[in-house]
Amino acid sequence: MTVPSDQELIDFVLREARLIDQQRSDEWLDLFSEDGIYWMPLEWGQTDQRLTASLMHEDKMLLRVRVERLKGQRTFSQKPKSRCHHLLQTPQIESRDDDAGVYVTWTPMHYVETRLDEQTLYAAWATHTLVLVDGVLRIRLKRVDIVNCDAAFGSIQLFM
Amino acid sequence: MNIQELVRPREVHRDLYVSEEVFRLEMEQLFANTWVYVGHESQVPEPGDYFSTEIGTQPVLMVRHTDRTIHVLHNRCPHKGVRITTETCGNTGRFFRCPYHAWSFKTDGSLLAIPLKKGYENTGLEQSHAASGLRPVGAMRDYRGFVFARLNPQGVDFDNFFGESLSTIDNMVDRSPEGRLQVAGGVLRYMHNCNWKMLVENQTDTCHPMVAHESSAGVAVDLWKKAPPGTPKPMAVELFAPFMSPYEFYEEMGIRVWRNGHGHTGVSNSIHADYSAIPGYFEQMVAAYGEARAKAILSEVRHNTIYFPNLMVKGPIQLLRLFKPISAGRTLVESWTFRLVGAPDRLLERTLMYNRLINAPTSVVGHDDLEVYERAQQGLVSNANPWVNLQRLYEADESGDDTRVLNGTTELQMRNQFRAWAKFMQPVVSAP
Repeated sequence: MTVPSDQELIDFVLREARLIDQQRSDEWLDLFSEDGIYWMPLEWGQTDQRLTASLMHEDKMLLRVRVERLKGQRTFSQKPKSRCHHLLQTPQIESRDDDAGVYVTWTPMHYVETRLDEQTLYAAWATHTLVLVDGVLRIRLKRVDIVNCDAAFGSIQLFM
Repeated sequence: MNIQELVRPREVHRDLYVSEEVFRLEMEQLFANTWVYVGHESQVPEPGDYFSTEIGTQPVLMVRHTDRTIHVLHNRCPHKGVRITTETCGNTGRFFRCPYHAWSFKTDGSLLAIPLKKGYENTGLEQSHAASGLRPVGAMRDYRGFVFARLNPQGVDFDNFFGESLSTIDNMVDRSPEGRLQVAGGVLRYMHNCNWKMLVENQTDTCHPMVAHESSAGVAVDLWKKAPPGTPKPMAVELFAPFMSPYEFYEEMGIRVWRNGHGHTGVSNSIHADYSAIPGYFEQMVAAYGEARAKAILSEVRHNTIYFPNLMVKGPIQLLRLFKPISAGRTLVESWTFRLVGAPDRLLERTLMYNRLINAPTSVVGHDDLEVYERAQQGLVSNANPWVNLQRLYEADESGDDTRVLNGTTELQMRNQFRAWAKFMQPVVSAP
């Protein structure tokens, strides 16, 4: 891929959600660049990633810990496993920089996580910063802003 | 029901966890007779600043008055009962104004003005509850910035209640080169469908980390082992890895308890003992305290200190957790972080990372803890056995203070908490 079309960017974001829903976690992890970050702010409109608390701020190693943990035999909170479901609006292209190979998309979504008899609905916006790495699109930053980010939550165990 | 019969030397009755009637009595007696953490003075730095919270299930607010003193008041308009604050925190200016009928109160709680006051002439308003303003709690104390309150006007005084256990707060404050802490970063709020005491017990339960957290800390350690040689150890691995320490580590790290239910794990060693030095910090501490004193401050490795009934403080990583009871089967866990004023930002960054990795609703460590609490909350309804066992390393002559360094896997601190529980589950308690 030399320059991705808008539709290719949109397809990438849709496929990313699909991999999570289908629990294809290794394939999902491969979507991140080596310096990729998954960020879920705690504060409304948060700008600081380092000295303000976040719900998640995971580099690829920490994401791998989560993915491996989900497969583990002694992962008690995942017996039985959680399942999830994404309902996305069509991703919008926020910005594109073809020279730098950096693209930003913005995607409102509803996310449902369920386990046993409990099901919880979250509303959020996903902002993807995508980069071309050796001609392939990768996630440098996936930012998930939950509409009630500062509420008290029960366990959120999968990836929005 | 006889409350005192629910606590035995080596076991406690499941009603402590599942009975709404016991919970109601806890709110009425235990949380009124004890000194409960309210907040930190850095949350209300300026006159008019307020912070609203709960003591047990009682809504209260902490406010800095015009004369800069801090007051803890019941968060209820004396007129119709409307909660005075809408925001969790903010600045109210020189007075609080109720949004219903515009009764206003000074920031020490006293009544300032009532609109159309002539309507109360000759009604005996002066003698009413309403005219007395926002009622202060029974007693309060600002200990080195940590504000505690007792709802009952009578009872054990602060120093007798906490005794030597205050040394953990001292140590956390002393870790700042300026001797000052600041609440920083934001609070993580995690809802738990279990009794609040399960969380308090868990803080000094040293036989669970290598079992419950194998799935998270163990995986982090395994992944780290596969990293190419020469890769710098990530901060996250440094924080996770000690959870996988063997039983012997926890046995040897020691435990110490004080009367009234306070105590701490990690006397001679702990999971916080082996973090990398943050460049520049030790030099700042030496400049502030001299080398010997700086080393003494930083050599404290206390793991979890329980301030009975519902606070846990971690000095070496600068955070505290407050276990807020909502009902017998529901607890809100708030995890607060602190900046060591004058120290490098990197320390706060590590504190925030620890809090996020271990205490967030998105934490892979927290998930497995909550899973076992919730399963316990469900399992305790079983009539197979109404007692919860606490007898690990029990000794027949256990009393309140025991400042010997004991085997770190003892459940002595849990027994200590329940002895205090029984003591403070009375209408009024005044014996130290």
